[in-house]
Amino acid sequence: MQPETSHGLPDMPAFARDHAADLPQEKVLWSELIPGGGHWSYRVRRGTTLRFIDLEGGANASVLLYRADERHERLNIPDTLKAQHTAHLSTGHVLYSDMGRVLAAVSKDTVGWHDPLCGLSNAAGLLRRYGQRRYQEHRNAMHRNGKDNMLIELGKWGLGLRDLVPCVNLFSKVVVDQAGNFSFASGNSQPHSHVELRCEMDVLVAVSTALHPLDPSPEYAPKKVGIVAWESGTAAEDDVCRLSCAENRRGYFNTELVYR
Amino acid sequence: MTSLQTSALDPATAVFDYVQPAGEPWVHTLKRGQVLRIVDLEGNQAVDTIFYNAADKSESYSATDTLQQQGGIYLTTGSVITSNLGNPMLTIVADTCGRHDTLGGACAAESNSVRYAIQKKFMHSCRDNFLHALAHADLGMDKRDLVPNINFFMNVPVTPEGGLEFADGVSAPGKYVEMRAEMDVLVLVSNCPQLNNPCNAYNPTPVRFLVWDAE
Repeated sequence: MQPETSHGLPDMPAFARDHAADLPQEKVLWSELIPGGGHWSYRVRRGTTLRFIDLEGGANASVLLYRADERHERLNIPDTLKAQHTAHLSTGHVLYSDMGRVLAAVSKDTVGWHDPLCGLSNAAGLLRRYGQRRYQEHRNAMHRNGKDNMLIELGKWGLGLRDLVPCVNLFSKVVVDQAGNFSFASGNSQPHSHVELRCEMDVLVAVSTALHPLDPSPEYAPKKVGIVAWESGTAAEDDVCRLSCAENRRGYFNTELVYR
Repeated sequence: MTSLQTSALDPATAVFDYVQPAGEPWVHTLKRGQVLRIVDLEGNQAVDTIFYNAADKSESYSATDTLQQQGGIYLTTGSVITSNLGNPMLTIVADTCGRHDTLGGACAAESNSVRYAIQKKFMHSCRDNFLHALAHADLGMDKRDLVPNINFFMNVPVTPEGGLEFADGVSAPGKYVEMRAEMDVLVLVSNCPQLNNPCNAYNPTPVRFLVWDAE
């Protein structure tokens, strides 16, 4: 367990030691604890890796990525999936922008499957499944949904509805049957599982820990997620994400042209 | 249960009837209640399409909201094409193809450079078509509005292991899909010029658009 200060905030160096003990601690830049249902956004430098940690098991962390200095360049899920012939994400995959460049790479993953298909939960869906829980009665335990969470974070950077594109849902697994129908795989992510996104460009990262839209749990109980940011450097010449397919070699070529 | 459904609408009574050559964009506004039919004239032609609320173009087709709403990835008869605000935009009322793609998105110069070869970036693409059409339509719309699109007549199955395949087409010459507008919608189409993908037998072909007024 991470120690907590008298203000209820986690002791950040201890948090990083507890959840990223395998990392050289002098490389740790910052850490964060996002409560279940929460949202935040970060500007992250190229060569920084974000480790997302499912502290309790069963978390969902929706992630959107934008190029920091050209925010019209953004995560493109169709381009990501078709370039790598995949409908799920794990180690070796990368996240493509609409400009054929690698925004971030899934450089390490102890989960095995992250959902790129289903997008964000919304207010109407939460109301239908869990009823109403407003701030007036419940204060910060009010219901929060993924779409509104993301719109709030995007708004902080001058972005809005037109910029809200399909996201990656870290820790969540949804399989598709032969008829094309979804089924949510409960128990995909165990306590202390983690996945790392290595940023290959300077990016704006928006995160929501609201429930996955297909999470069938009868209780509204979104889980908290830890983040440890550390200085990893960008993809090496023999990096698994770079070499996982010819498409990614070309994607890295396009990306690295920007920084020559 | 089959999703195949033919239409009783007679092309002779259509208020709009247009054959669009391969590789070109098309912009059109449908009034609420109007019915749009897209005919795959020669078979397995990708018709890359995005819909917008004609009154507020920040409200657009949302792949993820549409898939959540129906619990699966394929569009066919009965599918409700849903917006990023969760509103029904169009309902598919007839479909003789049976399956349309929501995951593959549009080809682009940049994605072609990744998928095929760096030098392919100079070939014509759907996203260039979209940008060309929006520039000329002068609607105040731009690249930000290019959200992931529908690929009518394309077959992009997901395997149980989470793979994505570009499978042989299930469409054929003369197959069509028909949809009723549930709001006034702006339709943005690129009749796909992709020459690098076997999904269209490396041969982009014309499609036909027909529109009927509300009954």
